[in-house]
Amino acid sequence: MNGITLTLRVLHRGERHLAHDLVTVAERHRTEHEVHHVATDLAGWSRDHVRRLAEVAAHHGVRLGDPPDTSSDSVLATLRAKASEAVAHRPGPGLLLLRDLRELHLAAAENSLHWEMLAQAAQAARDSELLGLASACHPRTLRQMRWTNTMIKNLSPQLLNSL
Amino acid sequence: MEEATDRIARPWGGRTPYGRHETWPARVDTFLAEGVAPDAVERWVQSASILHSDGDAMDIAVADGRMVGVRGRDVDRVNRGRLGPKDLFGWQANASRDRLTRPLVRRGGRLVETDWDTAMDLVAARSRELLEERGPGSIGFYTSGQLFLEEYYTLAVLARAGIGTPHLDGNTRLCTSTAAEALKETFGCDGQPGSYDDFDHADVIALFGHNIAETQPVQWMRLLDRLEGADPPRLLCVDPRPTQVARHAAVHLAPRGGTNVALLNALLHETIRHDRVDRDFIAAHTVGFEELAERVADCTPRWAADICDVPAARIEEAAELVGTADALVSTVLQGVYQSHQATAAAVQVNNLHLIRGMLGRPGAGLLQMNGQPTAQNTRECGADGDLPGFRNWQNDSHVADLAKVWNVEPERIPHYAPPTHAMQMYRYAEQGSIRMLWISGTNPAVSLPELSRVRSILTQDRLFTVVQDLFLTETAQLADVVLPAATWGEKTGVLTNADRTVHLSRKAVEPPGEARPDLDIFLDYARRMDFRDKDGGPLVTWHDPESAFRAWQRCSAGRPCDYTGLSYAKLHDTSGIQWPCTADAPEGTPRLYTDGIAWAHPDLCESYGKDLETGASQEVVEYRSLNPDGKAMLKAAAYLPPHEEPDEEYPFQLTTGRTIYHFHTRTKTGRAPQLRDAAPDVWVEVSAVDAERLGLAEGDLVEVAGRRGALRGRLRVTGIRPGLLFVPFHYGYWDTGNGSGPGPGTPGRAANETTITDWDPASKQPLFKTATAALTLVERGDGSPSPAPTTTASAPADGVAARPTAGGEAARTTQSPARFPHDPEEGVR
Repeated sequence: MNGITLTLRVLHRGERHLAHDLVTVAERHRTEHEVHHVATDLAGWSRDHVRRLAEVAAHHGVRLGDPPDTSSDSVLATLRAKASEAVAHRPGPGLLLLRDLRELHLAAAENSLHWEMLAQAAQAARDSELLGLASACHPRTLRQMRWTNTMIKNLSPQLLNSL
Repeated sequence: MEEATDRIARPWGGRTPYGRHETWPARVDTFLAEGVAPDAVERWVQSASILHSDGDAMDIAVADGRMVGVRGRDVDRVNRGRLGPKDLFGWQANASRDRLTRPLVRRGGRLVETDWDTAMDLVAARSRELLEERGPGSIGFYTSGQLFLEEYYTLAVLARAGIGTPHLDGNTRLCTSTAAEALKETFGCDGQPGSYDDFDHADVIALFGHNIAETQPVQWMRLLDRLEGADPPRLLCVDPRPTQVARHAAVHLAPRGGTNVALLNALLHETIRHDRVDRDFIAAHTVGFEELAERVADCTPRWAADICDVPAARIEEAAELVGTADALVSTVLQGVYQSHQATAAAVQVNNLHLIRGMLGRPGAGLLQMNGQPTAQNTRECGADGDLPGFRNWQNDSHVADLAKVWNVEPERIPHYAPPTHAMQMYRYAEQGSIRMLWISGTNPAVSLPELSRVRSILTQDRLFTVVQDLFLTETAQLADVVLPAATWGEKTGVLTNADRTVHLSRKAVEPPGEARPDLDIFLDYARRMDFRDKDGGPLVTWHDPESAFRAWQRCSAGRPCDYTGLSYAKLHDTSGIQWPCTADAPEGTPRLYTDGIAWAHPDLCESYGKDLETGASQEVVEYRSLNPDGKAMLKAAAYLPPHEEPDEEYPFQLTTGRTIYHFHTRTKTGRAPQLRDAAPDVWVEVSAVDAERLGLAEGDLVEVAGRRGALRGRLRVTGIRPGLLFVPFHYGYWDTGNGSGPGPGTPGRAANETTITDWDPASKQPLFKTATAALTLVERGDGSPSPAPTTTASAPADGVAARPTAGGEAARTTQSPARFPHDPEEGVR
């Protein structure tokens, strides 16, 4: 295993996690409608990244898995959504929301740094397929970070001053 | 020659054909109450319509201290004497016997009458308590698109610098926030680029999700007149319903709901592929063309055809129409603004105009429309989730400038985050951090999505709700304090329409009982709260409409919406004038961007922009690097599937909308007999194909059930797109047995029982066009048709029997030809 395949593996895991976490946060905060809908959309980006990483990794002789099944039919998903509806009238979950957004931001930042490494390594190795992958996906990771940052910026004045 | 017409049966009246580049002739429409002879009218008082965004100028007839009729103003640039059905008949609601005439307060669970002092003291005391205990973020204001400029501006000052809360927004969030956001994304700043006069010069007019025949009926009269004149325009209509626009269109596309971005990307793809672009304009005035071209490179008509369920050949025809026009006007409204990916789609229409160089000259007009009569004022006064005068909350020098106008410290004006949008305010109220909500001139218990949720928020004990309205609306019935307000004709103020035309509306009669103008109520509150500026003087220094207008003029000075060249006297003498109106442009400004993009420079712009798909804010550094010279920005967006798709349980897409005869939740139009009877109750539109498949027929009582609630109505079988249901959003509960919502013996009636709580991430406009639903039979009809009008988009399909909509004698209106006293525009061929 070389450094590139190692990075592919780590990034593949990171994007899988982020896809999963975005869906989990979307369900947990079903009553925060914007978070719910946009996080669900953004999970789609990470799932797409997982698929594309697996395709390119295969050309490097590495087998990586499919994106996580994030259909929200599972019992756990339903429980999370119900729990969110049950506490719709309480301020407490606001803190949990800020924590979740922070964790999503950090996870996306980690992926972003790995995309950076991959792009740099691809240039040095003159691997145009890999560079194409990083150029296509990295901007969307940065947009995931910008979204979590914006939500934290907009929500925290109200949520932290009303406890 | 004067003639009389039933303007319920013929909403657009008779024709006055005119040719391309000619002046649209005047025609004066007059309606007087039964038994009032023209010579019995004592005074005619200048005003303009507050039942849509067109800004139809009219004079109110007064006799014996009462309003007795209306007459269109032939001198006015907007309507040239014409009036629509709501203009003609809606004024009668002002004299309804059930107007609120005294303040009400809740005691022992019931609303009881009281005096103004008691009611206002209660509101002020609760405000002070909350400021003390929980801070300014516990107080929110939700206003309207139907007050006057002076009222919004006063409200903006007292909320933002008096209370110091970021929570002030209008119901304009539901109707026009995408228009504002799309203009900010493309031009860096709000401000309608085009003018209605562009309709006179265009050879192609494209209407995207804009049923202009019913939303701005007088401009539809203008298009009908052009269609009957020499060298008529060709129309492109994008609408899933068989609207009057669709019936007159050269190309009509009826896409699947929520797919506007896919369709528009295909139009851009074709425009670029055929090189129907203006390279010089792109180079001189835009940034981002290469990226846009790359992003739509794969968006072929065939690709979009699958997503939109529209034949690829039709998309190609549409692309040819807009791509080969030599003067293209595009208009955009709720079919885009209230649908999935609202801002992303509206911005693509801007992009189409920019790459074709269709901007800033007669006939090359872009109109991002709005729905409400004074929505434009909510936007410019900063009562809608922006700072006044299109100032940028992220730009410290803009905030400092505003602070100087108000003579307060900049920190007093919340600008650490964007002003809170309405949907988020309701979420904060739900979650308990907003404890007082002051609702003026709007009825969220019928107009917001997912009504069971809205009612659960408004009925919380911990939330103190103040409602200021003309009637005991569904929302007012849930309030803690109800303040009786005066309306147009009973107060003076200024209002601005969708093409920046400013009108003066004067007081004609006294308000009923103790009802007060909204301005007086806000001024009273400011006095009781004793808001001060930084030198200890009063924060609000004005005392009546005209002094409030002058205060706003100072705030607007040097801004895009500059009012400094206007005055009440000038508006009185001239009728409508388009802003900016300054010493340099004393007659107003027909078109923005005639000489380049004026307000997109990083130091000037109102917004640094957002990610169209996520809503994430951009910062000044990014904006500067993207657009250092302040050009128009071509922003691409990828199509994303809607958040709610039909499935086995809910197999239909569901969209809501309006009819020509009603406005909003019918608080006024439901009290004007001609309008009430033209569309007396809710109905459900379904396609002939779906009706036959389900064994349903015209007039059957059906239930429309969604994931969040259900409603019942009579079925109307039409030429609507198969797979789609339409329900008008006007009907609520004030005229049912149960008052404020469904209950025992009162099944669901409001369209918003079924809609989804979801909003566009960039404009924060809620989506009313993308819910899903099931349709089931409740009870066979008895052979009588549904209450849907037959004159409009809800007309029955061929072969379906229905009683033609008519108003009879009671709706007879005179129309007489007149000479439009102004010259055609200068600079026009």
